[in-house]
Amino acid sequence: MSTAVADIHEVPAESRVNYLNASYGIKSWLFTTDHKRIALLYLASITFMFFIGGAAAVLMRIHLIEPQGALVQPETYNKLFSMHGVVMVFFFLVPSIPATLGNFLVPMMIGARDLAFPKLNLISWYIYITGAIFTLYAMISGGVDTGWTFYTPFSSLYSQTHVIATALGVFITGFSSILTGLNFIVTIHKMRAPGMTWFRLPLFIWAMYATSVIFILGTPVVAIAIFLVGLERIFHVGIFDPAVGGDPLLFQHLFWFYSHPAVYIMILPAMGVISELVTCFSKKRIFGYSIVAFSSMAIAIISFLVWGHHMFVTGQSVYAGLIFSALSFLVAIPSAIKVFNWTSTLYRGSISYEAPMLYALGFIGLFTMGGLTGLFLASLATDVHLNGTYFIVAHFHYIMVGGAVMGYLGGIHFWWPKITGRLYPDAWARFAALVVFVGFNLTFFPQFMLGYLGMPRRYAVYPDEFQVLNVMSSAGASILGVGYLIPLIYLVWSMRYGPAAGPNPWGARGLEWETPSPPPTENFEEIPVVTEEAYNYTGARQTAG
Amino acid sequence: MSEHSAQMVHGHSPALVHQFETEDQQREAGSLGMWLFLATEVMFFGGVFMAYIVYRALHLPDFIQGSHMLDVKFGAANTAVLICSSLTMALAIHAAQTGKSKSTIITYLILTMILGAAFLGIKFTFEWTSDWREGLVPGFHFTYGGPYASGVQLFFCFYFFMTGLHALHMITGLGLLTTLTVMASRGRFRAEYFAPLENSGLYWHFVDIVWIFLFPLLYLIGGRFGGGH
Amino acid sequence: MMQAGAASFGLSLTAGLFAPIPIRPPAASTIAEGVDKLHFTLTGITLFFTVIIFSTIFYFMIKYRRRSEDEVPPEIEKNLPLEIVWTAIPTLICFVLFFWSARLYIRNARPPNASTEIFVVGKQWMWHLQHPEGVREINELHVPLNTPIKLTMTSEDVIHDFYIPAFRVKKDVLPGRYTSLWFQATKSGTYHIFCGQYCGEGHANMIGWVFVMEPSDYAAWLSGGASHESMAQAGERLFTQLGCVTCHVADNTGRGPSLIGLYGKPEKLRSGETRIVDEALVRQAIVFPNSVILPNYPPVMPTFQGQINEEQVLQLIAYVKSLGTQERTGK
Repeated sequence: MSTAVADIHEVPAESRVNYLNASYGIKSWLFTTDHKRIALLYLASITFMFFIGGAAAVLMRIHLIEPQGALVQPETYNKLFSMHGVVMVFFFLVPSIPATLGNFLVPMMIGARDLAFPKLNLISWYIYITGAIFTLYAMISGGVDTGWTFYTPFSSLYSQTHVIATALGVFITGFSSILTGLNFIVTIHKMRAPGMTWFRLPLFIWAMYATSVIFILGTPVVAIAIFLVGLERIFHVGIFDPAVGGDPLLFQHLFWFYSHPAVYIMILPAMGVISELVTCFSKKRIFGYSIVAFSSMAIAIISFLVWGHHMFVTGQSVYAGLIFSALSFLVAIPSAIKVFNWTSTLYRGSISYEAPMLYALGFIGLFTMGGLTGLFLASLATDVHLNGTYFIVAHFHYIMVGGAVMGYLGGIHFWWPKITGRLYPDAWARFAALVVFVGFNLTFFPQFMLGYLGMPRRYAVYPDEFQVLNVMSSAGASILGVGYLIPLIYLVWSMRYGPAAGPNPWGARGLEWETPSPPPTENFEEIPVVTEEAYNYTGARQTAG
Repeated sequence: MSEHSAQMVHGHSPALVHQFETEDQQREAGSLGMWLFLATEVMFFGGVFMAYIVYRALHLPDFIQGSHMLDVKFGAANTAVLICSSLTMALAIHAAQTGKSKSTIITYLILTMILGAAFLGIKFTFEWTSDWREGLVPGFHFTYGGPYASGVQLFFCFYFFMTGLHALHMITGLGLLTTLTVMASRGRFRAEYFAPLENSGLYWHFVDIVWIFLFPLLYLIGGRFGGGH
Repeated sequence: MMQAGAASFGLSLTAGLFAPIPIRPPAASTIAEGVDKLHFTLTGITLFFTVIIFSTIFYFMIKYRRRSEDEVPPEIEKNLPLEIVWTAIPTLICFVLFFWSARLYIRNARPPNASTEIFVVGKQWMWHLQHPEGVREINELHVPLNTPIKLTMTSEDVIHDFYIPAFRVKKDVLPGRYTSLWFQATKSGTYHIFCGQYCGEGHANMIGWVFVMEPSDYAAWLSGGASHESMAQAGERLFTQLGCVTCHVADNTGRGPSLIGLYGKPEKLRSGETRIVDEALVRQAIVFPNSVILPNYPPVMPTFQGQINEEQVLQLIAYVKSLGTQERTGK
């Protein structure tokens, strides 16, 4: 370690040259090729889209307080849930961790100066913005009411809303994912620092790699599916119209071929974050490193084989159902293994409860529940009853919100000092984590019950007997909303008023923690040489810096 | 593709960009990047191909009818043109690799472009225009009312979508070749550095291979010379 | 309105804390108990593992909380036997669950042979149901108790889904093809019908009721009211009205084949493949005739797409089905 570490404590962040102050002005940001600045560009855009999708959710939950609807007309409600899904899936969850934390950390964690293709990285952000503009335009000019799933023939022949603009937005943004995935794979293969062998990589990198494989192989297929719907709408050619020989189910196969692996795009990065958090805050190596690494790859591969479980009640053959069901049970196993490994990492550790760790522990519990409820849906006999109901809604929100979003927030809090050079108030952060946890469970647990009772999803009005559970869910949503606003406030506050963070406030291991906070533009003065395994907490003495 | 511009001269050692430590690393990264991009293209075209194959299985007589309404000789000519263009592309790369003069490289590049343009010319001015005249363009001008009309319309939807998507990739390829020609004329390529040529060559060959699949799938259903369903 | 909302919000929240909330819908079919058993076993497994993980984490959090900044935890990197155990046990559990569920599913997939058939046409945003005897219902389905019922369904427009939570049955209803589900009701009463696949503006209003009645009451209901022509009779009327009878002459002397004795048998088509003459084939013959021409017949049948709706197609099919029981003549 260079002596620069000791000096950095005395020199305030502002007067040292880092990637944030290396150049000023809007052009230096909009034309940057620095992966760290691009990560921040993504962070701002994704946060914006998150609150748009969240606003739609708030309106929906207010509306559902009353069986006949408390707020809007059914047409509007249908547009709200459609926009909520489109924005949250394509513009928040899919890019969230990869485009923010991934972009920032992948080069740093492997000891590189930048990604393999920095200009491509910037272009990917512009592509994301272009797609977002099309989608926001669709929203402002009246919205779309097909659901984020765009099922034909409703979306191709019957919907009277802005399907093409929304579909174009999603289509364009898909290329942003593809380029990010391509960049990560090449970077991880070709730009690891000397000594950074595959099995010394942080598990976050393994998670990014597995996610990128899905980006590359899955996204083009949904692009085609959406493109065909667009063609049918624009040129009135019956690609999915049974009256001229088209098959509406073909769309579903093409759509879910991507959209099932897509849900693993949304969870694998969060799992990668959890591996980093659990090790740091128990000061231990991960239990079963190679098993966790292989599990990430196994999940990515098997995820491509299970899409038919979204179509069990479409009239598909019994044999197809059996095969997809068996494979869907199989894909649960690597995730279960990871949960056991993370929990075992805590054993005989030295555990502290800063906010990132609270998010990580919440993740493990909620992901366990959400993942196990997936078994109800992999199981054919129960899926028949549960498909299309609130059980499904609860299941995927447990994983996406209880899992992915908590992993994202945990990661943002963990690396915030590195990214901004500032510390946030941890008491507020822990409080917000608790509020999110409570609000989340109150929102979504009643929905499991609603689902088994038979309440279908995407219903703007519902029978009276479902009201109590709906009101409980809406009450939870209001708490959850507050829980998300609190971090927005103190994180933004900390950027200006937070105390300066040293290079390693958590006492973590990893190449990114051996740089100043915030890091210089070129990341490392000299490319480091790696001589130890990942998470070497039990080797050298570590003091928080 | 922009990973090529990322490899353009920034300063310091010629053609080595700042994020890479060695030229070897840069070259390997660029090559891997192009292969990964081609993997995405395989999935992209693969998606359409799957949809096409499903519909062909469901509506075989209709698709045979539609296929027989395509002009095989143009399709075959285009296949020959593209294969030759892949040859000239490979020769351009070989010329750079063996340190030939820049005019040799440029000649082969221009030949490739001419052949590519010929492909597009044949497709647009001969095939598509006559399809238009015969009223076989769904969504614009489709007047076919003979047997299997609805299935034939589905066939032609896919015909235009697939060949159109392919043509779009060809046009992009021509843009790439133009850029390469300009780079070559500025003396950028030599035996030690011709990565943009190599990677663009991969792309061009890929576009050629897509056509090799498209041609029999679209033009040769149900046999053509006395055979048939 | 917002005040009413807030008031109902508060009241319901309080009520919900005290009122008993059911955990399952009525179990009113032969398969409901079986599905519930599997569901609640899964619930038990979920709660079991969730509690284990949460309590283990909680226990470790307390027992191994950081007591000093200098403490160094021991090196515990892996334990292969443990990994194998906790891979094998979930795999085994998944195996058992898969086979259990698959058996239930396969059993529930095939309707008993002697099922009573009822026909469903879904359209934005209502359900049209036809009993073979001719009675038609909208958004309501009357069925007899303890009788296997098979619903054959299609859509006039977009994809819908027919869902009866009390029977634990659900199936998508697709345009251009027939899907089916079956059930046998075990408790008389009134149960929800929901549309389970988002279909546009009125999706949440595309709901109805199943009325399960004692067989004697059902028979009375069926024959009560104005006299109806059965589906087969309606189909026969259409068969004449639309001119089908001019080509499909009964004694095989017409331009098209006689339809007597045809339904339910395998037939070799002009294209070479052999197919059973079932609902799907008959519908295909009406809508895309030239795709299912029999050998030795010219492909001259016109399509009736757009001239009749799906319910009329079902009536024609009922008629052809009724002819199927008669003896084949000639050919």
